[in-house]
Amino acid sequence: MTIDRDLGAAIAATRFGLGAKAGEIDAARRDPRGYLIGQIRPEGADQPEANAATSVQRFGDVRAYQAERKAAKQAGDPKTDPVRQAAQLLRRDTGADFMARLQLAAATDAAFRERWTLFWANHFTVSANKLVTATLVGPFEVEAIRPHVFGRFEDLLVASSSHPAMLLYLDQAQSIGPDSFVAQRSGGAGRKAGLNENLAREIMELHTVGVGAGYSQADVTEFARAMTGWSIGRFEKAAEPGGQFMFRPYAHEPGARTIMGRRYADGGEAQARSVMKDLAASPHTAHHLAVKIARHFVADEPPPALVARLERSYQESGGRLDAVARTLVEAPEAWAPTATKFKTPYEFLVSSWRATGAAPGDITVIAPTLNAMGQKVFSAPSPKGWPEEAQIWCAPDAVIKRMSWSETFAAQAIGDRDPSALASAALGARLTAPVATAVARAETRPEALAILLMSPEFQRR
Amino acid sequence: MIPPLPATRRAALIGALGLGFTVEFMGSRAWPASDAGQARKKLVVVVCRGGLDGLSLSPPVGDPSYASLRGPIALAPFGEAGGALKLDGTFGLHPSLAATHALALKGEARIAPAVATPDRERSHFEAQDVLESGAAVVYGTSSGWLNRSLEAMGPPGKVRAISIGPTAPLILRGKIEAASWSPGGGGDHDHRLPGILQDLYAKDALLGPALADGLTTQAMARIATADVAAENARGAPDSQMAAGGETLKPVLRQGLPQARKLGETLAGFMTQPDGQQVAAVSLDGFDTHANQGAAQGQLAVRLAYLDAFLDGLSSGLGPSWRDTVVVVATEFGRTARVNGTGGTDHGTASTALLLGGALKKGGIVGDWPTLAQARLFENRDTAPTLDMRGLFKSVLRGHMGVERAALDATVFPGSGAVAPVSGVV
Repeated sequence: MTIDRDLGAAIAATRFGLGAKAGEIDAARRDPRGYLIGQIRPEGADQPEANAATSVQRFGDVRAYQAERKAAKQAGDPKTDPVRQAAQLLRRDTGADFMARLQLAAATDAAFRERWTLFWANHFTVSANKLVTATLVGPFEVEAIRPHVFGRFEDLLVASSSHPAMLLYLDQAQSIGPDSFVAQRSGGAGRKAGLNENLAREIMELHTVGVGAGYSQADVTEFARAMTGWSIGRFEKAAEPGGQFMFRPYAHEPGARTIMGRRYADGGEAQARSVMKDLAASPHTAHHLAVKIARHFVADEPPPALVARLERSYQESGGRLDAVARTLVEAPEAWAPTATKFKTPYEFLVSSWRATGAAPGDITVIAPTLNAMGQKVFSAPSPKGWPEEAQIWCAPDAVIKRMSWSETFAAQAIGDRDPSALASAALGARLTAPVATAVARAETRPEALAILLMSPEFQRR
Repeated sequence: MIPPLPATRRAALIGALGLGFTVEFMGSRAWPASDAGQARKKLVVVVCRGGLDGLSLSPPVGDPSYASLRGPIALAPFGEAGGALKLDGTFGLHPSLAATHALALKGEARIAPAVATPDRERSHFEAQDVLESGAAVVYGTSSGWLNRSLEAMGPPGKVRAISIGPTAPLILRGKIEAASWSPGGGGDHDHRLPGILQDLYAKDALLGPALADGLTTQAMARIATADVAAENARGAPDSQMAAGGETLKPVLRQGLPQARKLGETLAGFMTQPDGQQVAAVSLDGFDTHANQGAAQGQLAVRLAYLDAFLDGLSSGLGPSWRDTVVVVATEFGRTARVNGTGGTDHGTASTALLLGGALKKGGIVGDWPTLAQARLFENRDTAPTLDMRGLFKSVLRGHMGVERAALDATVFPGSGAVAPVSGVV
């Protein structure tokens, strides 16, 4: 299907990308599809320019902090200044990670690549619901997600499922096989040691085959058994890789497992890897991922033809995400003229910065803003990640919050620029006559920019 | 679609949606004892954004062409119900401007009925740039004339400046650093935006109802607050709520008690021992393309708002009023003829208001070109007879003591040919 190039360029920058920067729609006009396909690359996503601390360093910081706090508590004063300062430093790291990610999104010339990446980061959500995951979620994205977003899905799955952030977020690190050596030795006497199904369940339900795939509780339990031993090295043990993934053979449940009708011989660490390999190759996974991708990029109720295309691409490529990304860009259904996706607060802010060339500013301002709009920094409400549905984000109070933010932001960002020119640069052929007129008729430049940002077209993509 | 709101909710929206005002202060500097008189001088510049219709602010009801050009939005002659408040044989003030009229009767308010900036493009953004920058052309300079005038008033660095709202407006941007003050409670938000968005969302099944619900809830929340309770007790006018509640816009243009209070607060700042001598106030909502109204209506409500602010300012200044000059100006006027939607479109000359106890008594400032067809600018607008810069110059020269050379060269660059208007201060 040929698409009108003007509209195609606008869709490329706003729907597939993160909102048009100045000149971006012009850059995409010659070949909107090629513009996007050129952003797919084997080495994966861009990396935010952050504090370069690895998850090992961060995890070490958390453990040191916890030890210090414990010592202070035992000394009778858990709230000493050093403890408080340490907690503050950890929180500052998380803020810096988030800002680096925002700055990348606001500035990148490869915004489709970054949207694709953010999709996968959300697919493999690690939420900052406790100190340790808050500290690790930034490095998790850098180490486990970004390198693999255009590679094989199986690699992404294994990287995510073996990263300390995920192992901690979904309680895998302390899961112990009931018949493992460790459990045997402790004799089960009053110890909490035992099987934790959390990560195994979410891998099946959320990350791979999906709820409709027909697996049973027994399959989940069997997979959880296969995953026992997937853990993290302790810092205090010289023989262990402190803060990194390690397989603990003595915690692994011995024996063969049967999951979704397939038998997996005991192979230690490799047993769970074999399960993941099959889960990644499952047609259910192809379908589940296809629905999610189409829902994120195109419509809350995605066109079945698009889902079918993506599904086929996934299967035919052996789960290669670069192939699926290409199929998405080439699919005619993805270029439907009407934009129905309602921007999340994160997307709204990023696209506002891109439209005006503004920089994201300060985390102490941005964090409460996102919180007020319903998208707390790095804190998706569940392992399912942030929702996609327009109704959820377009709640009345959230719209008022967006409006207030737009007014304040517009007053700071517009300068002496022409709002009508900004409107065309931001929306291109998607700019409708009523919005163009309202922008042109505004009393002041800030009012004009606020109208643009709050317009139905800018709120959607 | 928004359901009709009960009266209390409507009143609540006033508070919920802010004052529509921003205020900026500049001033506070050490004057030598010999300059004690000059140190008492105060200057307030009110910028009315959107293109204030001079023919409604100061209707020339005695002009033979006025009633026919204006049709349904013409104000009635002096003495009739809803008629203009008489200034002289030709001009009156809009009936919403009762406090201003009372000052005019004492010789403390005058009009300049055909004043314009050098800009003729009829674009809000460009015209506001020219009005505030003091340059002859758009983008002529990136600082504001009021800021540069402070530089000319004394040694640099001695004058502190203060602004209200998220950013300083162009008129006071420049070398003199501005501090800021805000009325709080988000009161500096654009009160027009919700109405404009409701129009844009009219056919949007998602955003339309969400915004309407959000505004209603916000209004309900405000009902519980003390200032809204006080506002209801004062009987804030509740006019023009369209039958069926089709639009919230008219409701959003109220808030007289807050306007008065803002005037009083500004006066409070300026009358403190080391208070600011110069302030810039920004007031929006004057872009009346449709349903402008006459004695009642959209513009009447905005003018009442302006009047309440000026009343609060003048009464709050007390004895200092005699050392004060207030200039109310807009970026351009509006078409002389009413348009097809009961409003007026972007025009050229408009009225500037001058107020204050420091004014010289007198009639209108500048010449009246009349509304005779042959005299209209481009056969549509009030023709300019006075350069806005000449008016500002006369106030800066006569009231604030700025030298003519500085006015011609730095405050209003390259404006040597524009003389200060005489007989004003």
